[in-house]
Amino acid sequence: MSNIPAELKYTASHEWIRTEGDLYVIGLTDFAQSSLGDIVFIELPQEGDAVTMGESFADVESVKAVSGVFSPVSGTVAAVNEALIDNPALLNEAPYDAWLIKVSGAQEVGELLDAAGYEAVCKAEEA
Amino acid sequence: MKLLFERSRPGRCESIIPPCDVEQAQFSPSLLRAAAPRLPEIAEVDLGRHYTELASQTHGVNKGFYPLGSCTMKYNPRVNEEMAALPGFTDIHPLQPAETAQGCLEVLYETERLLCEITGMDGMTMQPAAGAHGEYTGLLLIRRYHLSRGDTARTKIIVPDSAHGTNPASATMAGFTVVSVPSNAEGGVDIEALRKAVGPDTAGLMLTNPNTVGLFDPAILDITRIVHEAGGLCYYDGANLNAVMGHARPGDMGFDCVHLNLHKTFSTPHGGGGPGCGPAGCKAFLEPFLPGPRVRKEESRFTFFQPEKSMGRVRSFCGNFLVAVKALTYILTLGREGIPEASAMAVLNANYLMKKLAGHYDMAYDTLCMHEFVMSLEKQKNELGVSAMDVAKSLLDYGIHPPTMYFPLIVHEALMVEPTETESPETLDDAAEAFLSILEQARTDAAHLHGAPHHCPIGRPDEVRAARTPVLRYDFGQK
Repeated sequence: MSNIPAELKYTASHEWIRTEGDLYVIGLTDFAQSSLGDIVFIELPQEGDAVTMGESFADVESVKAVSGVFSPVSGTVAAVNEALIDNPALLNEAPYDAWLIKVSGAQEVGELLDAAGYEAVCKAEEA
Repeated sequence: MKLLFERSRPGRCESIIPPCDVEQAQFSPSLLRAAAPRLPEIAEVDLGRHYTELASQTHGVNKGFYPLGSCTMKYNPRVNEEMAALPGFTDIHPLQPAETAQGCLEVLYETERLLCEITGMDGMTMQPAAGAHGEYTGLLLIRRYHLSRGDTARTKIIVPDSAHGTNPASATMAGFTVVSVPSNAEGGVDIEALRKAVGPDTAGLMLTNPNTVGLFDPAILDITRIVHEAGGLCYYDGANLNAVMGHARPGDMGFDCVHLNLHKTFSTPHGGGGPGCGPAGCKAFLEPFLPGPRVRKEESRFTFFQPEKSMGRVRSFCGNFLVAVKALTYILTLGREGIPEASAMAVLNANYLMKKLAGHYDMAYDTLCMHEFVMSLEKQKNELGVSAMDVAKSLLDYGIHPPTMYFPLIVHEALMVEPTETESPETLDDAAEAFLSILEQARTDAAHLHGAPHHCPIGRPDEVRAARTPVLRYDFGQK
């Protein structure tokens, strides 16, 4: 069973979200990294780019496949975790430390799940 | 094994250039190299052995069964090579006057005409050098068409979630935004989702039919109508044309433009076997936008012309011309009867092998297939710890190239098998036996499969390390 920390929020498309003041911090869940397998490449937006709720803002590539990462909020990219570009393996090793971007000025926020709700999503996908 | 650079010794050579007996041209020093390029210096005998060793370490359609789904690794008939080696086709220069290369222009003209007949299109360009290049060209046609009408709002391309990865990639490259629509339980396009996805911002739809799970979408006419009614165009990815050529035409299904992979459907070498060719074709209303130059026939002469609103070149000269020679040879050899027969045999072979494996392996879709079928190893993975990867690797020990793995993404632990039409029943029986032996071993000795292959020069290369820290050039001993 994958690790689903109780203090975070989640999306059905396997992103985790944490708030830092006005910032939304977005990452990939343990379930996502484990389904993708070894991640070898990540493409991230740049600081100042706009992100739109429900739309892809980054691509992660594993040995198996390339997948989009979807933003649960609309806003502006305030920070990008550049360390992931040189070392995408961090996404596999510590998915809840390896945040992708921080979003400021959030105007729209999608439906976020709590840990129990997200666990149900993962269970349904495994079945 | 050693690289060519490691075999190189100064002064060794493969051929000796005769002394120059004409006056030497002088070049400006700014155009001359200060040092010779670092090319390997190697004797002919060692060069021959190098490539023979490489060949013995790899697997090709000449060595054994190669059922790589979605790739159509069909046999490349020798007569294709014979025709492409004719001096009239090889000893020409792309800049020589068209009237001195009439035979070559006729090849381009005839290949285009026959491919248009097979696909139900009106015009085609032979320039694109690969399938994805053809996709990109087709999407530029769609883009030019909308812009020519002053319609700048059409920025979205709809792609089903089962599509080849190249589809969204090409659409993005062509400046579009990709909208994904889900598949229904039968592996086809979810019509309701498509209806919701189309609108005044729809530039077009990209579709493979038969689709990526090897099924012909029975709703194809509804699908293309929905897109057309919303003002979008329909693009046909020719990856799976081998299932229907001579039986059904993309043009009749409602598609406006297509690309073909001559290296899949029309028996030209695939991948490392030679350069590719991904012609892009279209209906008459898109023809003015095609890349130029194109070839036309004026009375009995062939000439080049530039389409009136041409997007320009997508590749130098006429693309990989000799690939067109090989494809034309294939089409003319098979003829009007042989082309549909090849497709029928491809479908028969896939169903034959699927039937032999069904009941042992779980089929992703329980129905007749087209030219390929998809199995899921999910049950074996959960119950026995044996994955699609383990089965694929084990097949190598039986002299069989693995099927496509982990694709399409909508089927977990997928293996996609495409036998192609040129395989005999004996080959298919042997392959079925190999698949069943592997499954038996999965029950009795799964650990053996985890270590497979056991009899190949290379077992399981470290794909993760290769992707994370790729070594892309020889370092000549300088780190």
